[in-house]
Amino acid sequence: MQILCCGGTGCKASESAKIVENFHASLEAHGIAGKVDVVVPGCFGFCEKGPIVKIIPDNTFYTSVHPSDVEEIVTSHIISGTRVDRLLYQDPVTGQHISDSKHMDFYRKQKRIALRNCGFIDPENILEYIARDGYKALAQSLQRDSLDVLSDIKASGLRGRGGAGFPTGLKWEIARKFDAEEKFVVCNADEGDPGAFMDRSIMEGDPNSVIEAMMICGYCINAHRGLIYIRAEYPLAVHRLKVAIGQAREYGLLGKNILGTGFDFDIEIRYGAGAFVCGEETALIHSMEGRRGEPTLKPPFPAEAGYFGRPTNVNNVETLANVPVILTKGPQWFASVGTEKSKGTKVFALAGKINNVGLIEVPMGTTLREIIYDIGGGVKNDKKFKAIQTGGPSGGCLTEKHLDLPIDYESLAAAGSMMGSGGMIVMDEDDCMVSVAKFFLEFTVGESCGKCTPCRIGNKRMLEILDRITDGRGTPEDLDTLENLAKTIKDTALCGLGQTSPNPVLSTLSNFREEYEEHVRDHICRAHKCKSLLTYSIDPALCKGCSACARGCPAEAIVGEVRKPFVINPEKCIRCGMCISRCKFGAINVI
Amino acid sequence: MITLTIDNRAVTVPRGTTVLDAAASVGINIPALCHMDLKGTCVKNAPASCRLCVVEIEGRRNLAPSCATLVAEGMIVRTNSERVVRARKTVAELILSDHPNDCLTCPKCSDCELQRLVIRFNIRRMTYKGEQSQRKHEETAAISRNMDKCILCRRCESVCNQVQSVGVLGAVRRGFDATIAPTFDRMFKDTDCTYCGQCVAVCPTGALMERDNTDRLLDDLYDPEKIVIAQPAPAVRVALGEEFGLEPGTIVTGKLASSLRYLGFDYVFDTDFGADLTIMEEGAEILHRLKAFLGGDKRVELPIMTSCCPAWVNFFEHNYPDLLEYPSSAKSPAQMFGAVAKTYWAEKMGIPREKLVVVSIMPCLAKKYECEREEFSLNGNPDVDYSLSTRELARLIKRSNIDFMTLPDSDFDTPMGESSGAAAIFGATGGVMEAALRTVYEVYTGKTLPRLEFTDVRGLQGIKEATIDLAGFPLKVCVAHTLSNARILMDKLRAGELDYHVVEVMACPGGCIGGAGQPYHHGNVEILKARTRAIYREDEGKPVRKSHENPDIQQLYKVFLGEPLGERSEKLLHTHYFNKASKSS
Repeated sequence: MQILCCGGTGCKASESAKIVENFHASLEAHGIAGKVDVVVPGCFGFCEKGPIVKIIPDNTFYTSVHPSDVEEIVTSHIISGTRVDRLLYQDPVTGQHISDSKHMDFYRKQKRIALRNCGFIDPENILEYIARDGYKALAQSLQRDSLDVLSDIKASGLRGRGGAGFPTGLKWEIARKFDAEEKFVVCNADEGDPGAFMDRSIMEGDPNSVIEAMMICGYCINAHRGLIYIRAEYPLAVHRLKVAIGQAREYGLLGKNILGTGFDFDIEIRYGAGAFVCGEETALIHSMEGRRGEPTLKPPFPAEAGYFGRPTNVNNVETLANVPVILTKGPQWFASVGTEKSKGTKVFALAGKINNVGLIEVPMGTTLREIIYDIGGGVKNDKKFKAIQTGGPSGGCLTEKHLDLPIDYESLAAAGSMMGSGGMIVMDEDDCMVSVAKFFLEFTVGESCGKCTPCRIGNKRMLEILDRITDGRGTPEDLDTLENLAKTIKDTALCGLGQTSPNPVLSTLSNFREEYEEHVRDHICRAHKCKSLLTYSIDPALCKGCSACARGCPAEAIVGEVRKPFVINPEKCIRCGMCISRCKFGAINVI
Repeated sequence: MITLTIDNRAVTVPRGTTVLDAAASVGINIPALCHMDLKGTCVKNAPASCRLCVVEIEGRRNLAPSCATLVAEGMIVRTNSERVVRARKTVAELILSDHPNDCLTCPKCSDCELQRLVIRFNIRRMTYKGEQSQRKHEETAAISRNMDKCILCRRCESVCNQVQSVGVLGAVRRGFDATIAPTFDRMFKDTDCTYCGQCVAVCPTGALMERDNTDRLLDDLYDPEKIVIAQPAPAVRVALGEEFGLEPGTIVTGKLASSLRYLGFDYVFDTDFGADLTIMEEGAEILHRLKAFLGGDKRVELPIMTSCCPAWVNFFEHNYPDLLEYPSSAKSPAQMFGAVAKTYWAEKMGIPREKLVVVSIMPCLAKKYECEREEFSLNGNPDVDYSLSTRELARLIKRSNIDFMTLPDSDFDTPMGESSGAAAIFGATGGVMEAALRTVYEVYTGKTLPRLEFTDVRGLQGIKEATIDLAGFPLKVCVAHTLSNARILMDKLRAGELDYHVVEVMACPGGCIGGAGQPYHHGNVEILKARTRAIYREDEGKPVRKSHENPDIQQLYKVFLGEPLGERSEKLLHTHYFNKASKSS
């Protein structure tokens, strides 16, 4: 019997380590410690209901487990064989308890390729990876001509999961063509989109898949050194990568003469300080070289002149995680999943106003509607869906009309957004789209390296305009200026960060222009998010003249005589909302 | 060769050419700002960061920076389409939105590359307004920084790192808060800055400027109590004319002397005199050390290295304090001049030291710093009071109602105005070496040189070497310009692998003619080449072309100094160096 207790960063934050500790103690106390394994795998994905505890072999999936629940699970389930129903997932529609995750809507439409081992194996035990066909692809590849292996990757149609969607096989082929004394395989683990954690989860849950893929890439492009560029604020991922690298070396899977084939490959970890721009491959390489993490113009591409001028192939974590399974199951199998131009699956970090927040993996071509309503369980609190931001801070906001769009690289770009690294944030009627654009732009302004003019100054000016608009000082001309600036920045910025940074503004301007217009023309924020645009007033019909509001107002903006309707002076009102919380009669209106 | 189409014109250029250069070859001048390529030298900045030179290339999603995009066969480029023109103007307007725009009082006004583009783009109003960067200001002895005017072109960073290997400047902080500064946004004075000023020489705006001494000079000139004397450097006379519209390389020595007189200098002498004196002392030192070395004296180290360039002196004091015994102890020509002027000449004229003001006119900014070195003063009174750059002199001439073009030629005053052709060539890389060789050869061999020109040490190549036959002894010499080339030599010296007897180093590209105080070259290397040619023309036109044959120099030794390396010479004309390694950059 096995107890799998999620060891992802999210569940760890909800005391999953304490749960593990309690399991050990309880099993010990009941004298069955030797019969039951407690395994700490990576993220299960269903973060909304974490911490997750799964019992094998019956696949019971306990949700929202608290350390105090452990004793009951052990005595009832492990010892007596009776499931603890109250800890099972309850279907929000039928109200039924579901014990096996595969019957949950959240998992039913998912297809886990990149996340195939996350939540199933102990990431700190290489044998568990090997038991699930780990390093089989490497062993087979090393027996084959590297060109054949490369053509399998090309045939699979795998494209870069870091954002741009460049065909991975083609990238390898280009890197292979450049001859040099030394070449490098770099894993881009600088996941930086706010709220995105697919790469982190893969490294935490299945680090060996990344290592194996880097070696296969090295074999294909004739490189013998691998570098993993990872942000230092991913300590658990770093730890698990280190353990995996150590174990791989121990088993002769990394180092000299791997599996007796004469192929040498080893991997080092390089730490980033967390700058978003360092996810851009040229900036990433400069950062690894010890220089300022700034992008440089391409060409030359890293495949020609990368790390210290040597040919370098950079792939993102999720891209790499797909590689071993493509080779073991065959490129045709992989290519059978997805759309015509986008093969396989994509992992998304589903967040925002959605019932099932978590990490999901779906076939390319799945619609936004399926993701939001079937997997995500719909918008939280039954609010009205308004928009979904895909592609992180560089992506765009899509609306109701895009819900049936089968998502892949091309369709998202055509809709004015992008795949990006896979962030998905759901917004409801309470979200102000101007503020949303401002939020994302604030992020890119903060993360701009400052090298090129459009990104350094242009984004700053756009942010200032959005500040004005949300502060009630915007003018109709500001909208034209915004649009012109956004288009120029997109057209002239040096790197991907700058070129995509206006996307949130452009997509909201195009999909929610009327909201912008309301802000500048009518000085109204329909979502009531822009404080400066709110007008507080007292409905004289409802006001009893109790003076509670006036006594609570910190700005002394409310005046009136007792038992007569009070009045708010808009000049003095600081829109703090104190009066609303004080009024027992619902007499305060906010427009 | 690659053939492409630019603005409907077929262009054929070699592979590896940028679109910017390809366009220029057919007379299409794409505006550029951050870009600078002083071809044939190592001065190059191509970060593609200002985005003003963007062009439309058919088949590409985004506009491409022409400065860093290489031509490709069949490429179709548009430099002037509506999309390009609008984008370019918007980018320029964005730059202006974070610029003080105080052009009227800006020291760079009319020489500012940003200002020229604004005029060219017909920008007549500030389209974008918003927060302005608040960056550091600093006034050092040599360089004045007002980083609010910085447009982050990164040229200064490129020269400081790639050309000079000094590594003081780099980008600090990010995004809108980014600034180009020493690490942790420290002040220049707290770093290993050599004050070479090449950052100033390439700055397109008024962010990096020379420290202005023109008002100070005017105060002294107007002071009836003071005797103010001038000493202009060799490289000034081949560049000053550019400030008045003359062709680069025009020699204006006679007008220079007249202008200084009209400005009100009491005596107009010549740093070239100091240069001849330097050759006498340094030449003697070379001979002395060479003879001792060849005689097996273990205390003597070779090569001997020149020490005229104050930025180079700073460089080795900061970076190679373990090698301070190698450079010659001879002071720079300007300081030798000052030391002699404030002793020999002042005594002869009966002028009290404190009333005598010695002003040097230099192609250099490090000279301003050199004047402030304590060891070059007596009881707090400096041998050279202060230094003005070629550009400052030009400004002062214009300000003083002097029509430079109609000035008559005049000679320098005697006795410190007479100089040889050897002194004239100090202004170009290799010139000090050549001047020294002319004297060393004749003194060592006792023979007259068959040919005065040592062409092996001339030209813009970064490191030049030659072997001179000194009556059977093969004298191995080496000449380097820019401090990155100096670093190559010094690292070899430290490793015991530098096999030369004499080495010349100048910090600026091309030597003093490319100094940071010269009229701005704005990226045109032809200007540096024209100045160099003028330097050698000046030499050819001189009746005396060897320092030791300068009659006024001979007279000075006879009546005052005694002999080179003699007691008085050692005291007045030689210096010592300091370990400045404690400050790190």
